[in-house]
Order: sequence, then C-alpha cells, then structure tokens
Amino acid sequence: MSKHTDKNTATSGSPTSGSPLLSVMDANGKAQRSKDPGLAREELLELYRCMLTTRIMEDRALNLQRQGRIGFYVPCLGQEASHIGTAYALKDTDWLFPAYRQAGILILRAVPLQQIVDQWYGNDGDICKGRQMPVHYSFRSAHIVSISSPIGTQLTQATGVGMAAKYRGDDTVAMSYCGDGGTSENDFHAALNFAGVYQAPVVFVVENNQWAISVPLEKQTASETMASKGEAYGIPGIRVDGNDVLAVYQVAKEAVDRARRGGGPTLIETLTYRMGPHSSSDDPTRYREQAEVDAWARKDPIDRFRKYLKAKKVWTQEIEDKIQKDATDAMNAAVKKSESKKAPSVSSMFEDVFLDMPKQLEEQRDDLLSLGDVQAKKIGDFPL
Amino acid sequence: MAVMTLIEAVNSALDHELGQDDRVLVFGEDVGLNGGVFRATIGLQEKYGEERCFDTPLSECGIIGTAIGMALYGLRPVPEIQFLDFIYPAFDQIVSEAAKMRYRSGAEYSCAMVIRSPYGGGIRGGHYHSQSTEALFCHTPGLKVVIPSTPADTKGLLISSIRDEDPVLFLEPKRIYRSNSVKDEVPDGEYTVPLGKGRIVREGSDCTVVAWGAMIEICMQAATELEKTGKSIEIVDPRTLVPLDEQIILDSVKKTGRFCAVYEAPKTGGFGGEIAAIVAEKAIEYLEGPISRVAGFDVPFPYSLEGIYMPDVRRVVHGICKTFSW
Repeated sequence: MSKHTDKNTATSGSPTSGSPLLSVMDANGKAQRSKDPGLAREELLELYRCMLTTRIMEDRALNLQRQGRIGFYVPCLGQEASHIGTAYALKDTDWLFPAYRQAGILILRAVPLQQIVDQWYGNDGDICKGRQMPVHYSFRSAHIVSISSPIGTQLTQATGVGMAAKYRGDDTVAMSYCGDGGTSENDFHAALNFAGVYQAPVVFVVENNQWAISVPLEKQTASETMASKGEAYGIPGIRVDGNDVLAVYQVAKEAVDRARRGGGPTLIETLTYRMGPHSSSDDPTRYREQAEVDAWARKDPIDRFRKYLKAKKVWTQEIEDKIQKDATDAMNAAVKKSESKKAPSVSSMFEDVFLDMPKQLEEQRDDLLSLGDVQAKKIGDFPL
Repeated sequence: MAVMTLIEAVNSALDHELGQDDRVLVFGEDVGLNGGVFRATIGLQEKYGEERCFDTPLSECGIIGTAIGMALYGLRPVPEIQFLDFIYPAFDQIVSEAAKMRYRSGAEYSCAMVIRSPYGGGIRGGHYHSQSTEALFCHTPGLKVVIPSTPADTKGLLISSIRDEDPVLFLEPKRIYRSNSVKDEVPDGEYTVPLGKGRIVREGSDCTVVAWGAMIEICMQAATELEKTGKSIEIVDPRTLVPLDEQIILDSVKKTGRFCAVYEAPKTGGFGGEIAAIVAEKAIEYLEGPISRVAGFDVPFPYSLEGIYMPDVRRVVHGICKTFSW
C-alpha cells in the first residue's frame, strides 16, 4: 500500500507529473521574484495578522476544551495559510462555504471574536442559539454559510449559490472547502460535475492535510493528485503548496478572477498537513508517527511567512508583540464575557424549526414548561 | 374553471408561479426539453426558457444540494426527483441540510424550496417506482410534507408550498396523475390552499377514516359500499402530514366515535400509526371501538402481487368493520 506515498504526500515538495506543486517561497521564506504576487505592505501584514491571530485563538480554544470549559474543538493548526490565503482572494460579498477546519476565515472576515467564543459556549449570545457543537458557525453578515458535520454537503450548495448568482447576473463567487477525505463523498463529485456543466462561478478548495481522522491519503484515493480530479469534470485543477500563503493567494486570485469573468469553476488542491488532532476527541498518536509531524512542523506556514516578511523588512518584533497582545487580550475579554452569559432559554429550543411554530410544537413546549422549574444546566460545564 | 387531471394541475401551478415570480426555477432529470417523464413540466422550458426550466445531470444529491444553494441565495427552486424511490442519494441533503438550516443557523439562513416527487404504487413499478415512504420525511423536524389528492388541491397546495418560507416535500400520487375519476375543475389563475388545513372529503356519522393521496379514492368506494349496510363513513384528507391539522381529525373522531387510518406504506411505523396515536392520546374517551389501520404490508413493495399489497376496497371495508365489531 505504499505505492502512492511518494506521490500525493510530496514530502520533498517536489512537483509531480500532471499537476506541479506551485510555490512562491522556499522553506526559508525566500520568494522567487518572478512569482511574488507583489502584495502591498498592509496586505502582507493583514495576512500575517490573520494567521497568527487564528493560531492564538485556537491555542486558547483547545485549552478551554481541556479544562472542560467548552465541549469540543476542531483545530486548523498548520492549515492557516491554506484557507486564509485562498479566502483573501475574494471580495467581502463573495460567499464562503467552509467545512469545520477553516477558523482563519472568521478572522479574515472580521467576525467579532465575542460571537465566535459565544458559539463555542453555546450561550444565549450565540448566533446559533446553542444548537450546534463548537465550530459549527453561521455568520451571515460575513457571507459565511452555516456549517454542518456531514462531510462535503457544503460543496453542492456552493455550486448552487454559483448557479443562482449566474442566473441573477451578479458577479458573486462562491468558495467552498473540504479536506482530502471530503473528495471521496458523493457531494464532491456532484458539486464539481454540476459546476462544470453549468460553468458556475465556484472555487473548490481541497485542503489536502493528508489525514481524514486516522485514514491516510493513500487509502483515500488512487488519484495521482487531488487536483487531477478536476480533469474528469472538465474544470482546471491546480495544485499549490498549502503552507505558502503567497502561492495559495496567487492561485486563488487567478481562479476567483476567472470565475468572476464567467470562466467557470476551478479546483484548487492546497497541499498541507493537519498538525493537530482531528478534533479534541482524537488522539493521533494512535495512528501516525511523530517523525512525520515533526517534519511538517519545520514547514510551518506562519514561521515561513515571518521569514519572508522579515527579509522584506515588513516584520518587526513590535508588530509581532502587538498582534500577540491584541489577540490575547481580546481572547481573555471574550472568554470572560462568554462565561458570564446564560444558557439559551428552554423555549428557544422549540423556535426556528419552521418560520411559524406548528401547533404540535407549541403543545410540546407548553407541556414541558408546565413542569415549572425547567432550567438548562449551567453552560461551560463539560466534565472530562 | 378548467377541468384538469392531477398532473395538469401540477403543470398549471408551476406555470403560474414561474410566470409571477422570477425567483422560481424548475429543474431535474428530464424536466426540460422532455417535460418530465410524467410530463409534469411539459411546455415550461419552451415558455420560460432554459434558464428557468432545465435538465440536470443524473444526480439526486446534486439536484437537491444545488437547490439548497439557490435557496440560500434567495431563489425559489422547485426541483423534481423523478420517483420518490430515487430520493435517497439526496436524503443527506434533505434531512441534514435543508431541514436543519433555519434551526442550526439561528434563523440566519433558511431553505425555501419545494421538492416535487411522484410517489406511491399502482402503476406496475415494482420496488423502485412504487413506494410510499412519507413517514421517513415526517420524522424529520424542519421539513413540511404535502400530499394532494385532487387537481384543485394540487394547484392550490403547490402554489402555497412554493410561497412557503420552509422546505416542502411535495408528494404527488402518480397512480391518479391521469385518473378520469379524479379529473376535476381547477380554479383559473391565482389559487392557494393553505398548508396545515385538512378537508372533509365525505361527511359521515359512524366512523372517521383518515387517508391521503391515491387512497382517498379507494376509501370513497369503500364508504359507498358500507353505506349499503347502514354505516356512515366520514373521510378526512389531512392534505399536509407536516404540519398536521389535528383538529379536523379529532373533531371528526369525537363526532363519529370510531377511527381507521388507511395508508399505502408498510404498516409498521407508517404515518397513519402516528395519527392513531394522536387519536388515542386526545380522544380515547370518545371511541366506541378499537382503532384500526389498513396499510401496506411490512414487505418490500412487490411487483406481481402489487394488487394484493395495496389497500383495496375489500381490505378497507374489512378494516373499517373492525372498528364496529371486536
């Protein structure tokens, strides 16, 4: 079963036939001048701030989970460049269909941290009213569509948004995310197929982090690369170094621009690595070697980008410290506030099933409330 | 008023809504140029163009998944699933996505869409063109389930479904699509029937029969038969299973003192059983005899013995009589 290991995993970072692995920066953050997208200083710093802030936020989230203060978390550690870089190529009005491992797009789209943390706690400040596990966000104001757990379902929906935008004559682009595991689902096939047939303005980003919980890439597909799957649907498939934020951005920009011009969909494979566990409930030491993790740690997307910024004299220690302090202070304040909030009201459990509550549901609610003192248990109480 | 078959009424409702609301899109397998395998969408592509009425790749999951995206964007998609038996590749999208979108997003997003699909037996379709699996969908919070039994209701309920703010599974009893006995007058132009309101199909005083879709006609014939023996049967068509008009059923049972549910689906776990439970919970003191269910059997839908599997007049009469003598 090892015959694919030196293809898709590309630990050497070398291009493979058919779908070369595009990169801008080398391991030391040195960019080839001809490939550098030439982002302005503020743009570079914004990308860096988003990546670093995401990491600080997630570090705190995992700690909160381990302390039993929130119930669950899904970290994107190591994949920050992959989704922040792709989403950065969009306009704010474009639609995002994340899976559950793209926390960086929340920071990029400036979702208020309080709303993010309230969602983890499922308290009465949570936009989703405490109805979903942590990280299953919905942020309509940021054009981020409600996240579910079944894998890949968001992909066909993104195609549908693209089809609708095209029907309306809007220049909206939809960008969707899934992992390497997601490419095995029916929806991946249907989404790319429909997008190809209708030339919908959609960009499909496959964050190939090489692990679907405990299942390695070579057991997920016999395809040479994830990008090569685009060919079957008649759409371009591009493979990019997912830990190189500049390359990711560059590739996404071309895809987004093409979609907006009416040039149809693109499949982007960002080759990266899931540095953390699948979720707070997972123990990756059961199925993968530490040496593999260590090798990828040396390709950390934030370290690499910092080196680039340093060489460009854009990065300074003061900037680093400020981002760290701002993010940490904001986290502390948000957590404190979230923990002071109440659980959602019991009657809210019966709302929003439909626009109007059916009689049967009113009856069930009233019967429950007739018991008198019906209280939700204290939020933030998740014994380990 | 024009006299129409049930399927002509489907076409008429789609035509009306396509004509008055540019958010409405009609699509699915063979629905465009071919007008649908049952011709429900005939002439619509010609009239409204390929942008509004179109063929899709052969993928139920893709049809419903993209429809959800369109609904999120603010359109009113009306996808067709060619047979209810083929809906399962889209089950995840319907159950996990469309039905839960409003709730899970704290009402930030919703999926106003109508999934039309022919259902039910009686057309020699074997396992995969015959089943009545409405109960699977009634068990999913967030999804409305509508089943018409007359051409006028078909038009009125379909228009209401398209205008509804929540996802609707609109099940069309294909056995009576072209039935001459069901053919009837349908109001012209604007016509709606509210979701969640049942109708009394036939008034009677001795036993309440609740049925829907193609079973209404069978129940009517059974009632005529029983009239000869002096039993007066009241037939109630809930028209929408979710949300259910409990009141019309309970009022009827309180009047007649007897209750029988008739449905095509396998007996165990069928929606008639749920209605029987409601009657038992809320009107048992009015009952003068046991509750009875006439349904399909707990077997996969058979091909050659379809006529035996489906509730017919004889079995419905037999089932109703059980509420009188025990």
